[in-house]
Amino acid sequence: MIEVQDLTKAYGGVTAVDHVSFSVNKGEILGFLGPNGAGKTTTMRILTGYMPATSGTAKIAGFDVFGDSMEVRRHIGYLPEAPPVYPDMTVEDYLDFVARIKNVPSDKRAARVTDAIRKTNLEDRRAQLIKRLSRGYKQRVGIAQALVHDPDVIILDEPTVGLDPKQIIEVRNLIKGLAGDHTIILSTHILPEVSMTCDRVVIINKGKIAAVDTPQNLTSQLKGGQKIRVEVEAPEKALRDALTQVPGTTRVEAEQLPGGAHLVAIVETAQGADIRSAIAAKIVQNGWPLFELRGVSLSLEDIFLELTTDDAAHAQESAS
Amino acid sequence: MRNLYAIYRKEMRHYFVSPVAYVCIGLFLLISAFFFNFFLAAVIQQSFQMEMQSMQYGMPPQFDVPGQVMRAFLGLLSTLILFITPFLTMGVFAEERKRGTMELLMTSPISEIQIVLGKFFASLSLFALMLLPTASYVVYMYLHSDPIPPWRMLFAGYAGILLLGGSLLALGTFISSLTENQLIAAVLTFVAFLFLWVLDLGHTSEGGLGSVLQYLSASRHYDEFARGIIDTSGLIYYFSFMLLFVFLTVRSIDSMRWRRA
Repeated sequence: MIEVQDLTKAYGGVTAVDHVSFSVNKGEILGFLGPNGAGKTTTMRILTGYMPATSGTAKIAGFDVFGDSMEVRRHIGYLPEAPPVYPDMTVEDYLDFVARIKNVPSDKRAARVTDAIRKTNLEDRRAQLIKRLSRGYKQRVGIAQALVHDPDVIILDEPTVGLDPKQIIEVRNLIKGLAGDHTIILSTHILPEVSMTCDRVVIINKGKIAAVDTPQNLTSQLKGGQKIRVEVEAPEKALRDALTQVPGTTRVEAEQLPGGAHLVAIVETAQGADIRSAIAAKIVQNGWPLFELRGVSLSLEDIFLELTTDDAAHAQESAS
Repeated sequence: MRNLYAIYRKEMRHYFVSPVAYVCIGLFLLISAFFFNFFLAAVIQQSFQMEMQSMQYGMPPQFDVPGQVMRAFLGLLSTLILFITPFLTMGVFAEERKRGTMELLMTSPISEIQIVLGKFFASLSLFALMLLPTASYVVYMYLHSDPIPPWRMLFAGYAGILLLGGSLLALGTFISSLTENQLIAAVLTFVAFLFLWVLDLGHTSEGGLGSVLQYLSASRHYDEFARGIIDTSGLIYYFSFMLLFVFLTVRSIDSMRWRRA
């Protein structure tokens, strides 16, 4: 549905998007993950035809976003970072206006508007002026606007920003419900969001793609091995030395828990080695009381931090 | 065409839900009504004096009261719109850019020309709506004149003011597309209008440049219309003026895609 090849956007010496390539299949939800200023918005703006790329191509539903911009615009719904609403209009009038400029045939317009209102749970706000709505409702109006013409592709730039936790869950469910019929790209810098909603994740940093994979694969990749968390009552130095001696250990970090004699040690191990029993044996052997011992799987957060703070070479390696 | 109408409809609605339209129209009608009354009284008084003088010298009085009032009134209207049109156009694009709704318009299957024309026709309609009630003053005067002056005067005068207004609106729309700040748009538009107004002061200088400046001045052509003459050069002037600025606005919006950082 969406094909992006070597997309590059440079403005005034800064390369906001640097040779980005990815593709999205029909009905899929693709998450665009990256810190602020990574080039997520720029990429989305190029896809929607809002701004041209410096080089590279992007195709949506087979149409080139630059050469066939009008056709592409018919196929996409787009929610920019700030919902593009007119404060002086009512929700219903606004959606009617958007349906008009998105070329929805007049006989289907009312039904489409009602449908968008229903999907975004705005029924009780339909006759209210947009300027009187809270931020969460405005955001929903923004989403309703993006799907009022029933587009093939929906592009959402940080759809949950500024919402309260309950609304975030609602919006996520809404987005999940849209998948299948629609192909969706959403950007976010919130990690749980992608693992909860997206089929695939593109991690982007400083304009470059750092990784493309499913959230499950990314989390189970466990780059650099596994981490084991040990809570124990022991002298710090002795514990550190003892744990380092366990075969398969690559790194040991220990620190005092606040308000107690307990120490928490994080032991990193080489890939594939399960040394939990060896650690337990070592601790028992020293006669230290053991309170907890468990494997810590790397969260998406860790992977994200690793990918986006490490040097480019490391990022490149993990991407391949 | 449907897209153009969608934009037009939205703009008209926007004018009437915000206080802008009401304040502008109200102020315009108030001032124009006051001055119409004032001109009428002044001219009638003057005509009495003339009549008295002509009786003294035994000449038949020839004083065209409606014509005099009409000319003075149209002169006033042209000055008034100089102050009011910047407020009609200041937000046309500036507000859209500031709110971020430009992003919606530019990613919808609708061309820049449709956006610009939709907005331009909306401001022109509002302007015509503002002007319409003032015509009733003149019609009232016509119906109470004897003989009734030629209606051509009225039509030419109002055609002139519509063309002049349209030109100013096109220019204002263009200036609004250059900035995100409504206030700056209004001030720049006003300055540009003043500049156009005083261009024909150059007519004191003889020769080529003087006549070029005279041709370029927006007020010169308007004077022709105010005297009841529909002048082809005036029509061409105003239509090319509007066309030029509509075109420049389209280019300006299009260039935003490339400039944006």
